[in-house]
Amino acid sequence: MTVRELSERCGFDLTCGEGEREVSSVYCCDLLSIVMGRAPAQSAWVTVIGNVNSIAVATLAEVSCIVLAEGFSYDADALSAAKGKVTLLTSGLPVYETACKIGAQL
Amino acid sequence: MSEPIILNYQVSAADFSHAGEASSNVKKTLKSLGFPPEVVRRVAIAMYEGEINMVIHAHGGEATASITPEEIEIILKDVGPGIPDIPLAMQEGYSTASDSVRGLGFGAGMGLPNMKRYTDFLQVNSVVGEGTTVRMIIRP
Repeated sequence: MTVRELSERCGFDLTCGEGEREVSSVYCCDLLSIVMGRAPAQSAWVTVIGNVNSIAVATLAEVSCIVLAEGFSYDADALSAAKGKVTLLTSGLPVYETACKIGAQL
Repeated sequence: MSEPIILNYQVSAADFSHAGEASSNVKKTLKSLGFPPEVVRRVAIAMYEGEINMVIHAHGGEATASITPEEIEIILKDVGPGIPDIPLAMQEGYSTASDSVRGLGFGAGMGLPNMKRYTDFLQVNSVVGEGTTVRMIIRP
């Protein structure tokens, strides 16, 4: 399933990017060093950290997208850094419910 | 032995908006040279952790990657405050990052442990008040 399909099925907002990459798992964590070491490549990473560092970590860990939960917004630097690199989704749901919703689609 | 490809970067102090550029560039170079994805990932993670440490703790510094088919060597050099107790700093979960840095998603105490985990060789030389040099080697 592509990020775009996942976003549509879960009712998330596609905030940045085309969402053409495949998603094969879901991963939740807000501590960036842990994410970088442990997030599976091609995963949908659910977090509440929507700053520029998240973009760098998502790129290096090769996750398919970031899903910013709890209705938080990406900051301007993050949006600018993500262009052409990382697909950004936004969910109004809490982290756990966001992850469950993704998991149910995979 | 082939001539190494040398990549050199300045890492700015407290500049989170550019942190990760050096590791991201090295990652791109390794990919274009055809290194296996797992090797590229290990180098990128270890180098990014080092970059972030320099941004958070050391007023920036210099990052150098030296690439041959046999190994990738990363040297991170700073003139920051130094690390008083290296074995303690190597422990997972130990961190001296400020609350503001933790609020950015760092400070999990995983930086040096991740660097050790993802490299074949890690050497940390540090003198308090003078700075720290980290040398890492990753072998495909």
